[in-house]
Amino acid sequence: MVKTIFTPYRMRIAAVTEEAPAVKTFRLEFVDPQDAEKFKFRAGQFGEYGVFGEGESTFCIASPPTRSGYIECTFRQAGRVTTALSDRDLGDIIGFRGPYGNTFPIEQWEGKNLLFIAGGIGLPPMRCVIWNVLDLRDRYKDVSIVYGARTVADLVYKNELAEWGSRPDVNLHITVDPGGETLEWKGKIGFVPKILEEAKPTGTNSIAVVCGPPIMIKLTLPVLAKLGFAPEQIYTTLENRMKCGLGKCGRCNVGSVMVCKDGPVFTLAQLEKLPQEY
Amino acid sequence: MNSTVIGRKLTKAANLPQLLKRLIGAGQQVLAPVRQGERVSFMPATDFSAVDLDYVQSVCSAKEAVFPRHEMMMKFTLTGKDVDMKPVELTAKPTVLFGVHPCDAASFTTLRALFTWDSPDEYFETKLDHLTVIGLSCAMGDSYCFCTSLGSGPGDTRGSDILLTRLGGGQILVEVLTEKGRALVASMAELFTAANGQKKDDHLAKIARRFDGEKVKAQLPERFNQVDLWREQSMRCIGCGACAYVCPTCSCFDIQDERQRNSGERLRCWDSCGFRLFTLHASGHNPRTMQSERWRQRVMHKFSYQPQRLDVWGCVGCGRCSRGCPVDMNLGEHLQQLAEL
Repeated sequence: MVKTIFTPYRMRIAAVTEEAPAVKTFRLEFVDPQDAEKFKFRAGQFGEYGVFGEGESTFCIASPPTRSGYIECTFRQAGRVTTALSDRDLGDIIGFRGPYGNTFPIEQWEGKNLLFIAGGIGLPPMRCVIWNVLDLRDRYKDVSIVYGARTVADLVYKNELAEWGSRPDVNLHITVDPGGETLEWKGKIGFVPKILEEAKPTGTNSIAVVCGPPIMIKLTLPVLAKLGFAPEQIYTTLENRMKCGLGKCGRCNVGSVMVCKDGPVFTLAQLEKLPQEY
Repeated sequence: MNSTVIGRKLTKAANLPQLLKRLIGAGQQVLAPVRQGERVSFMPATDFSAVDLDYVQSVCSAKEAVFPRHEMMMKFTLTGKDVDMKPVELTAKPTVLFGVHPCDAASFTTLRALFTWDSPDEYFETKLDHLTVIGLSCAMGDSYCFCTSLGSGPGDTRGSDILLTRLGGGQILVEVLTEKGRALVASMAELFTAANGQKKDDHLAKIARRFDGEKVKAQLPERFNQVDLWREQSMRCIGCGACAYVCPTCSCFDIQDERQRNSGERLRCWDSCGFRLFTLHASGHNPRTMQSERWRQRVMHKFSYQPQRLDVWGCVGCGRCSRGCPVDMNLGEHLQQLAEL
C-alpha cells in the first residue's frame, strides 16, 4: 500500500461511551500492531477522524499519552461526519490521521499548581492533560478542576468526575447553569466564572488551562486576572475548522499563525497578539 | 527573482511544430494554449495548428497540471465492519507545459513552497517531478497585468525549465534554466543553434509597474484592523470564488468523500477563502463571518502571510482574478490603493 501524508491509520472501535445527549466517546485501537507500536503523541495534540464515505472531522486526542495501545476521542454529533461517526458501533473500523499540532508544555509545569477550567464539551481537550498530570501526580502541586455544563445531563465523563471527586489529591468543583440542576444534584449551581471566584485558587506559581464556549472564556479571564494569573500562565486550545492538519488546506489560520501547526495550544499572552479570528 | 540561465540557444518559429511532434513522440503529454473563440485554455495538444501563442492570458491558470481541481487521494471498499483502502498510484503522465507565460511558470514556485513545506505532499510532488515547463516570454500584456509590481516581469525565467522569447523575424531565443530543460534541448539538438549575444529585453511587453509590492507587504500587518478599508474594497464581492478558481497560486483545498454503495473515494478539491463555509464551525460559529473579513484574508494570505512564512508571494500578478470577476473587482487596483494610502 502506497502511503501518503493523507493515509489514515485503520482504527477499531473498542469501546463506546454515551457521555451526554449527542456526545460520545470512542476508544480506538490500531488494527495494525505495527502502527500501534510506532504511534506516539503528547498531550494537546489532535487528529483527523474519518468515516470512509462520509469524510473526516477534527478532534483532540482525549486520552493521555501515559496510557498506550489506544486513543480516545469525544465528539458531539453535529454535522455529516460526526453523525456518521455517531452511527458507528463497537468493532467498526474508522480512519485516523495524526497526531498533529503542538502540545501542552507539561514538563515546564512541574512543581506548579494546576487549575483546569472547562465548560461543556470543552472538557475533552483537557481530559488528556488532566489524566497525563494525574498519572504523574507527584510532579505537580495542587490540581484543581472547575467544570460546568448547562445541565446535569450535559456533563461529560460522569464516571471520571466521580473518580476525580473522590481523590484527595484533586480539588474538583462541578457546577451546572441555574435551571440545569436535577432534584438529586449535589454539586454547585452557577456559571463557571462565579464558581471559580468562590473556589479562590491561587495565581501564584500556578498554571491555568481554560477551554469551553467563547462566552465562558470571556467571563473567566477577568476572574483569573483577579486571582493573579498573568497571560503567560493561562493556556487554551483553539479549534478552528481544519481539513488537512498539515498546514496546507488554508483555513485554520488566525492571522499568520496556523492553528494546525503552531497550535492548537496557545497561551493567553500569545492570543492577545493575534487578530480576533477564532 | 530570475533563475540562473545555464544555456542559451536559438531556434526558429518554424521549428515549433516539429518540437511539439518530437515531444509527443517521446511519450510526453503536451499541454498548450488552445483558443476556442475568445477563450484560451491549456489543453492537451496533438497538433501545432491548434496552438495559439499570441494570447495575453488563458482564462484558467496552468496549475491543474500539478494541482487538479479534484484528484483522488484514496479509494476504499467497505466490507462489513472493515474497510479496504486501495493504494493510490503515485504516478503522473510525463507532461510538458508548452507556451505558458512567466507568471504561470512562477506560480509553480509558490505552489511548491506550500505543498512541500513541513510535510511534503506526494500527490503534488509526483506531478511536479513529471512536469517540464517551456515558458514563453510575453510580447504583450493588458491593463490587468501587474507582474512587475511584484518584482517579476514578462521575461522572468523563474519556474520555467526553458524560456522562449520571440525575437522577431521568426527567431526565438531559448534560455535553458534547469537540467530538465537541458536534457530536453539535448534530445532534439538539431532544432537548436548556438545563440550569440541576442538580447530579449527589446522584445518583451511593457508592463507598467503600478505599485510597490514590498511596500504593500510591509504595511499589511498594521492594515489588518482598518475594518472600513476592507469593507469598502469588498463591498461588491459576492463570494463566488471565481478569483480562486482561475488563480495560479491559490492552493486552499477541501477533502471530500464520495461513496456509491460500498465503495468510494476520498477526493481533494479546490476550495476558496471567499466562501462562508470555508471556516464555518460545526457549532455555527464562524471566525470570518463577513465577506470583508474573507476578502482581507485573501489579500493578507497572498501578500503578507505567505511571504512571511514561506518566503514567496502568494500572487504572480497575472490578473486573472480581475479579468474573471463577475462584479469587476480588481486586485491590482486594490493593491495600488493599499500602496497609495
